[in-house]
Amino acid sequence: MSDPILEVRKLNKSFGPVHVLHDVDFNVYPGEVTALVGDNGAGKSTLVKCIAGIHGIDSGEILFENKPVAMTDPRVPTALGIEFVYQDLALADNLDITQNMFLGRELTSGRIFLSDGQMEKQARQALESLSVRTVSSVRQQVASLSGGQRQTVAIAKAVLWNSKVVFLDEPTAALGVAQTKQVLDLVRRLADQGRGVVLISHNMNDVMAVADRVAALYLGRVAAEVKTADTNTTQIVELITSGRSDGLGLSAAAANESI
Amino acid sequence: MSSNVSVTTPADPDPGRSGADSGRAGQFSLDVDERTIGGAFRGWIGKLRSGEPGALPSVLGLVVLVIIFSQVSDRFLSKYNIGSIPTQGAYIAIIALGIVFVLLLGEIDLSAGTAGGTCAAIAAVAVSKGSLHHGLPGAMYWSLLVGQLLAIALAVWLKNYLPAVIVAIGFVLVVTNLTQHLFIALIAAICIGTAIGTLTGWLVAKVGIPSFVVTLALFLAWQGVLQFALSGKPIDTSNYDLWHNLTYGNLSPTASWIFIIVVVGLYVGYTLLTSIRAKAAGLAHDAVSLVLLRGGVIAVVAVVVTILANTNRNTNAYRIIEGIPVPAAIAIVLMVLATLALTKTTWGRHLYATGGNAEAARRAGIDVVRMKVSAFALCSSFGALGGILLASSQSSASLDLGGSNVLLFSVAAAVIGGTSLFGGRGKPRDAIIGAIVITVIPNGLLLKPSLGPQWQQVITGVVLLVAAGVDAISRRRAART
Repeated sequence: MSDPILEVRKLNKSFGPVHVLHDVDFNVYPGEVTALVGDNGAGKSTLVKCIAGIHGIDSGEILFENKPVAMTDPRVPTALGIEFVYQDLALADNLDITQNMFLGRELTSGRIFLSDGQMEKQARQALESLSVRTVSSVRQQVASLSGGQRQTVAIAKAVLWNSKVVFLDEPTAALGVAQTKQVLDLVRRLADQGRGVVLISHNMNDVMAVADRVAALYLGRVAAEVKTADTNTTQIVELITSGRSDGLGLSAAAANESI
Repeated sequence: MSSNVSVTTPADPDPGRSGADSGRAGQFSLDVDERTIGGAFRGWIGKLRSGEPGALPSVLGLVVLVIIFSQVSDRFLSKYNIGSIPTQGAYIAIIALGIVFVLLLGEIDLSAGTAGGTCAAIAAVAVSKGSLHHGLPGAMYWSLLVGQLLAIALAVWLKNYLPAVIVAIGFVLVVTNLTQHLFIALIAAICIGTAIGTLTGWLVAKVGIPSFVVTLALFLAWQGVLQFALSGKPIDTSNYDLWHNLTYGNLSPTASWIFIIVVVGLYVGYTLLTSIRAKAAGLAHDAVSLVLLRGGVIAVVAVVVTILANTNRNTNAYRIIEGIPVPAAIAIVLMVLATLALTKTTWGRHLYATGGNAEAARRAGIDVVRMKVSAFALCSSFGALGGILLASSQSSASLDLGGSNVLLFSVAAAVIGGTSLFGGRGKPRDAIIGAIVITVIPNGLLLKPSLGPQWQQVITGVVLLVAAGVDAISRRRAART
């Protein structure tokens, strides 16, 4: 078992009087898919935004490759190699796949002029490395892509930048059966290439299909962090809805106090 | 369909290698094929069917108008009349070019016309009175200087360094009174346009007032400032040869040939080089035959136009009018520069991205405020040049320079050409084609005095409506497919 690549320790976060995250511990391991599950309002998004540098943290620490880092700005995690693929994919419809994948980080010659050929080549390599077979041209406009293809492009963007940790927020939320399968395959491949992948999802089937471990949040506390192989859907659902399941989860006192 | 791909497929250890093997052909089949003449034609038909008509509707509209007007009056297709179209419409084309940048962001600038008129009027005051300090009334000179300094500060603060430098140049030219020389006065006017645009951009992007309201307010305000600047009296600009020739002048036949050969030669050479290089690098590219066909058609048209332009087109014998009109050359050069800036630079890429999805652009680390300010600064700079050309073509820096319908016609030109009002879609080329359409309408009607000028507004309105209708229908079609 290797060390976690990203480690969150005793993280607390309040918005005014509302204590959203209580002493949250959360680990991401290289080469593994960690599912972050929890009901609406459990604090998943807040946790991700704290790591992304969008929200400041009140106390606790974040370690990247065993070194404490201060996520004071969204550019800090990006510079470290942590990518976030948000639910609303943040792709520009009027640009093509290559242009979207390089958006904001274009390759240039002489700092001003675009090196389109170079970008096209690298975009294609990134998609090839993920064995993407659903995209016929990297010069296709994103407007003409299906939901699954868009998700693919958003994920491939993370590969392009050789990121070490990738956060995926509900990547299969709006997809059909076949497309969901494609995207989950892609998620698995990201981890198989050695990245730490965090899958935020409501869908237990997805979680059981690709995740190596599951971290369940319940009202701002980590109810449990378990290996997928050691658990089952029913147990995870119980952790999400009541914070405890048999021997696992928060103590009855903690679970009740949270309410 | 990749549903048969196992989740445990090991990663390709060397992505570069797979580019050579046979798996590649299936994956990016469209990329490895080169685009041949037939392919380009099929692609174009496909785009039309999927709701991306591009410049086609405006070109078709232009053809229809030309056919109608050539029936209305046999003078319409005379060389003299065609040669006068650039003179009449250059200001619309230039202002529309500037508006395209703002429209690409999904914003609008209603003030570009009057702002440009104000800049041109300041230039007129500077050269006719010999000094802006004495020429401008009362506090206006000092307001101008303070405004320029403010614009420099804003531009630097919002990281628009190039506009800041341009505004600073304008400031120096005004303070040193170099503006008494006409050419420098015109440059200063364009720099003042940049300053105005920076202020507009700050109000829209940083303060957060909707651009429609900001520029509507400024549209009204600059009209008043213009009248202050002129102290209520229009200034005749036809005495200044350089200014007059900006719209009425023609390149000499030799210069016309040089101009056309350089422009077309650079275009053909550049596209050919790109195609050959991309082919060598294994990238998506147009076939050499396609490039040569396109370049050849453009070259033939350019040569025919130049031959016609280089023959005398004046109908009376006293004076020879020949050569490519200067305003046409200005419009072509600026269109090429604008196209290069939009398609070949990071700035252009970021502008399209901001217009297409501002949130995506922001998350990608693009400074959206900076992009907006730069677009408004550019728009008003083009507006200033448009105002200068307008003053030239009506031979006067009048009290309503750039007012009334000037701006609306320019927006109409950009939209008729195919620029989307919702941002993200449009090309500088569109503005030029649209401006020709807008100019041809009054030009053709004027040849038939029995049709009163009231027809101009009606026909322009109908054309705009048809263009917007084609855009809306094609967009709905695109959404369906």
